[in-house]
Amino acid sequence: MSLEKFINQAVSSWMNNEGPQADIVLSSRVRLARNLEDYHFPSLLKADQAEEMIARISEGVQEKYLLELLKMEDLSSLQKRVLVEKHLISPYLADTSAYGAVLLSESEDISIMVNEEDHIRIQCLSPGLQLKETLKKANDLDDAIEAKVKYAFDEQRGYLTSCPTNVGTGLRASVMIHLPGLILTQQLNRIVPAISQLGFVVRGIYGEGSEALGNIFQISNQLTLGKSEADIVEDLISIVHQIIAHEQSAREALANTSSIRLEDKVFRSYGVLTNSRIIETKEAAQCLSDVRLGIDIGYIDNVSRSILNELMILTQPGFLQQYAGGPLRPEERDIRRAALIRERLQLEENC
Amino acid sequence: MICQSCKERPASLHFTKAINGEKTELHLCEKCAQEKGEQYMFSEHPDFSIGNLLGGLFNLNTPFSSQPAQYPQQKVLKCDSCQTTFQQFVNRGKFGCAHCYEAFQDQLTPILKRLQNGNTVHTGKIPARIGGTLYLKREIAELRGRLQQAIADEEFELAADIRDQIRSLEKKVLSEGGES
Ligand SMILES: [Zn+2]
Ligand SMILES: [Zn+2]
Repeated sequence: MSLEKFINQAVSSWMNNEGPQADIVLSSRVRLARNLEDYHFPSLLKADQAEEMIARISEGVQEKYLLELLKMEDLSSLQKRVLVEKHLISPYLADTSAYGAVLLSESEDISIMVNEEDHIRIQCLSPGLQLKETLKKANDLDDAIEAKVKYAFDEQRGYLTSCPTNVGTGLRASVMIHLPGLILTQQLNRIVPAISQLGFVVRGIYGEGSEALGNIFQISNQLTLGKSEADIVEDLISIVHQIIAHEQSAREALANTSSIRLEDKVFRSYGVLTNSRIIETKEAAQCLSDVRLGIDIGYIDNVSRSILNELMILTQPGFLQQYAGGPLRPEERDIRRAALIRERLQLEENC
Repeated sequence: MICQSCKERPASLHFTKAINGEKTELHLCEKCAQEKGEQYMFSEHPDFSIGNLLGGLFNLNTPFSSQPAQYPQQKVLKCDSCQTTFQQFVNRGKFGCAHCYEAFQDQLTPILKRLQNGNTVHTGKIPARIGGTLYLKREIAELRGRLQQAIADEEFELAADIRDQIRSLEKKVLSEGGES
């Protein structure tokens, strides 16, 4: 294992397996926030304490797990950016935190951030809809770390966190979900308020503000206090199942009522991706989403499903520059992006 | 001052927004603030820190508050362990250490209620080191509830049973000691 591996491959190997509901749910994520009792929270931590703490945390967990420790101070800003684009570290850990570090598993399904907003942020990822399994994995890691440290915990308030929005379970459970059907039929805006009323949030993952590039959304719990971890995950699963049902019926309706239009849209986008010489992030994301929908519906059968996931990450600015071996101007990026997508799709056709 | 978002209602809440170190001011009415608040408060690293938001809601963010009243200087509420004051917590939206939760306990309950949809008490996982006794205590609390119900229903035999169970669990808690 080495830094290069984490940086050079766009696709984490956990993404290679297809999980349940893979046609709509791209991945499941569980995050646990933890702090140690005997140290101030990261924003007030001194260098020597931070050093000592990183050692204690990694010692405990490395007895049971094979994890690589990467310290932020040892990484270039481009390397950090690539890790952010792969969702292995947060922008905050990369840019703002002092003494930040991350422990990564080889398949990148485990990422433990140290000295982010909290001392410890355990993050586990799985393909498809597998929240319970992912929670179990995070809990096991939590227990392994706890064997060597004393967590800040209060009987009333639960696990104590830097920010009161995380206190209690410290749990943020989420799914990454592809919803082109609900966007095309303009139903998502109606569904989002209902989800927020249940204490869950929907937001775009790629793109800025309210714009959701590639029709990819994240649904996660807002509340961390007053509900058990199992209940939070259970509730999220049932919400996701309902959204899946809506998305499926939207796709069916589209395929039934305007099949030729949908097919046209899919193949136009496929044409753009396989032929363009300059392409911006936004257009690439939209076309990738269309093609992925075409694969799910069965219009396209010679391209693998993981293409959306993979190319969404691969065509981010950090990755493009990593491949190019240096900084690129925006137009150079758009040219590289187009070339990379063409190359990747050609590879598929030859398989 | 009029709300910058809807440009209809008067702005009663005032926020500072910092992007790349550059501060901008935002003036919102209660309704828009609530909408925006939900948007920002729960994103992992929001442009609007929850501190700014709390500050606005509690009118503690003094720098450009339109609140004319001058409050007398009160005794400064402060965490003895990390020296973070309550005002600093409100401004930053972050505690300095675990002991802040104790130091600001009284002020915290309404804040948690607001952020956590009325919830203030943890019911989830417990660290292994205090696990045993705390799980017993939760069980005792639940049994007490059932005991009340049994008495109310005049089911005295059942009540006696439950009372025995509670006693034996309480003995267990004492013998296991625990830290709490
Ligand atoms: Zn307004
Ligand atoms: Zn403190």
